[in-house]
Amino acid sequence: MTRLADLTTRGRSVRAHRPWPRTVIDAAVWRAATRRLTAGELALLGLWGEPGQVHMALLDEAAGRVAVLSLDCPDGHYPSVSAHHAPAGRLERALCDLTGLKARGAPDPRAWLDHGRWTLRHPLGAPVPAAGAAQPYVFLPAEGESLHQIAVGPVHAGTIEPGHFRFTANGETVVRLEARLGYAHRGLLARMAGADLATAARLAARASGDSTVAYGYAFARAAEAALKVEAPPRAVWLRALMAELERLANHLGDIGAICNDAAFLMMHAHCAVLREAALRANSATFGHRLMMDRIVPGGVTSDLAPDGASVLRALVGTVRERLPVLTALYDDTASLQDRTVGTGVVSTELVRRFAAGGFVGRASGRDFDTRRALRYPPYDRLEFQTPVRTEGDVNARVWIRIDEVSQSLGLVEQILERLPGGPVRRDLPAGSGEGLALVEGFRGDVLAWLRLDRGRVARAWLRDPSWFQWPLVEAAVEGDIVADFPLANKSFNCAYAGSDL
Amino acid sequence: MSMPKLLAEGILRTPLTELPPAAGDAELAELAARLDAGARRRLGRSLSIRQVDAGSCNGCELEIHALSNPFYDLERFGLRFVASPRHADVLLVTGPVTLNMREALERTYAATPAPKWVVAAGDCAAGDGLFCGGYACAGGVADVLPVDLHIKGCPPDPTALLKGLLALLADASAKPAR
Ligand code: SF4
Repeated sequence: MTRLADLTTRGRSVRAHRPWPRTVIDAAVWRAATRRLTAGELALLGLWGEPGQVHMALLDEAAGRVAVLSLDCPDGHYPSVSAHHAPAGRLERALCDLTGLKARGAPDPRAWLDHGRWTLRHPLGAPVPAAGAAQPYVFLPAEGESLHQIAVGPVHAGTIEPGHFRFTANGETVVRLEARLGYAHRGLLARMAGADLATAARLAARASGDSTVAYGYAFARAAEAALKVEAPPRAVWLRALMAELERLANHLGDIGAICNDAAFLMMHAHCAVLREAALRANSATFGHRLMMDRIVPGGVTSDLAPDGASVLRALVGTVRERLPVLTALYDDTASLQDRTVGTGVVSTELVRRFAAGGFVGRASGRDFDTRRALRYPPYDRLEFQTPVRTEGDVNARVWIRIDEVSQSLGLVEQILERLPGGPVRRDLPAGSGEGLALVEGFRGDVLAWLRLDRGRVARAWLRDPSWFQWPLVEAAVEGDIVADFPLANKSFNCAYAGSDL
Repeated sequence: MSMPKLLAEGILRTPLTELPPAAGDAELAELAARLDAGARRRLGRSLSIRQVDAGSCNGCELEIHALSNPFYDLERFGLRFVASPRHADVLLVTGPVTLNMREALERTYAATPAPKWVVAAGDCAAGDGLFCGGYACAGGVADVLPVDLHIKGCPPDPTALLKGLLALLADASAKPAR
């Protein structure tokens, strides 16, 4: 019996949940699951709530299995997971803000998404009108002599998303960094509740603009799982094609942007040209530069344009020709390496504990990729490698991305080669059920969960990979100089909007 | 290829820059009602832009970033992004103005010296995105600040952004700026 099965058999199974089991368990099993998280036997994939019930999604990495445990909390409380497993901390705080359910024994009771400015409290629980007056926020203390604080954001110097960073520094050295997010909270999940599938899919596609394909993809797969239907084969392959194109464009842009933050503008300009070429190819092929709203429950909304395959092959050719030139430039520029090597280090132990996905995990030795671990189609029939490094610094994260660009190029070619014919979209029944899906976005594993009630979304939850990466940014810059923060932060490029929703 | 070779290639190759798009008619009409000729003369053909993300999904930011790539090369038009609102003539605002960002946006506006213009970029900022209304958003930018120009799209592509910003530069009328 696997480590998960032994938990999921100790409760009442929810039949409508697919493809992985959901089990309503008691507090003792909830605590047992928490102990396995603490022991590192299982990884936390998510923690969310709805009126009267909390859910925890778990992964048995070795077995490639996923399960959801649900606990009724009639008195509005559940045993804190974060008291024993820190990665649950901000999820518990967000859960409380949104539903009012409290984690008993949680070490950090501060609000996370709710800054006291909303017109409602507990919008996903039993909503109560709120005054909308800002609440003061107490940052964690740092003690010692000659410490000073630097407050940055939520409006930043560059064109980036809103968030607040509070540094405590000793001279130039960062003693503690604490991020405060929630500024981009738009109330997305509340909008989804009660929406028809088409509207909900459009909302999912706007969780995080740079991952619009990944979110559309995860949401569509969750909806199809709930309805027990599959997208037509051609759509299945086109989705992966879009996902790889999205990864390609983001990695190309970010490799340049990281170098830009180390004041190496030439790399930035060259990478920006390649990114623009990718976005134009997306537009020529699928009719939108970011491929927004192209993946929907039931399939995809646009087939390849007639010359799409040749446009994409030309793109692959261009990037393949230019990439070695740029990587050589990156590798040969000592002043650049001086900034990226040894900066912003995250240990393997920490990425394992936080189950950090994507290039953040892979640059620190966590060999995890949902495309391989969960082998959703068509990746079960495609050949690719997941690059892994162990240094965990800015340089390692850059190299993982460079290597992933090469892998994505290969995947685009394979998909174009083997793309099956036929329709790209099917009609969906107005059914009911629950679905969970994980797909590999450029940042890592994007999770989508939903419950459908006769064709409408009753409840939904989305989890960005950044939930388990943001805390690592804070750990990574400790002991670095303040001036290295933009560089280190960019090398993570965590999502604000995607986490805030 | 070494760095000197790459640099040489950059000098010898023809530029990648696109021909400038004509300013959009709708944008021109909107601006005609607002822009002050005197202020335009004072500014010359140059505007400094401060971007503020007021709760966007970041799709709009990606396309705003693209404006600086060698294809669109915003700076050749005298338009440039600046790091502080105190150096800005234009606030380029995206997102449905979340209530958590509202005060920061208002303070950024207050910190921007007059004459100043506000451009709302994207459908969210225009007040007809998917997020407007609800418990967490103020609506569009116009619900919080006086808006001089809307650039629609989800997200507006770089050409649409460029058209709008060029309209801001090109048009002049007698109405006072703020
Ligand atoms: S307009 Fe579209 S791209 Fe821009 S912030 Fe809104 S949802 Fe995102």
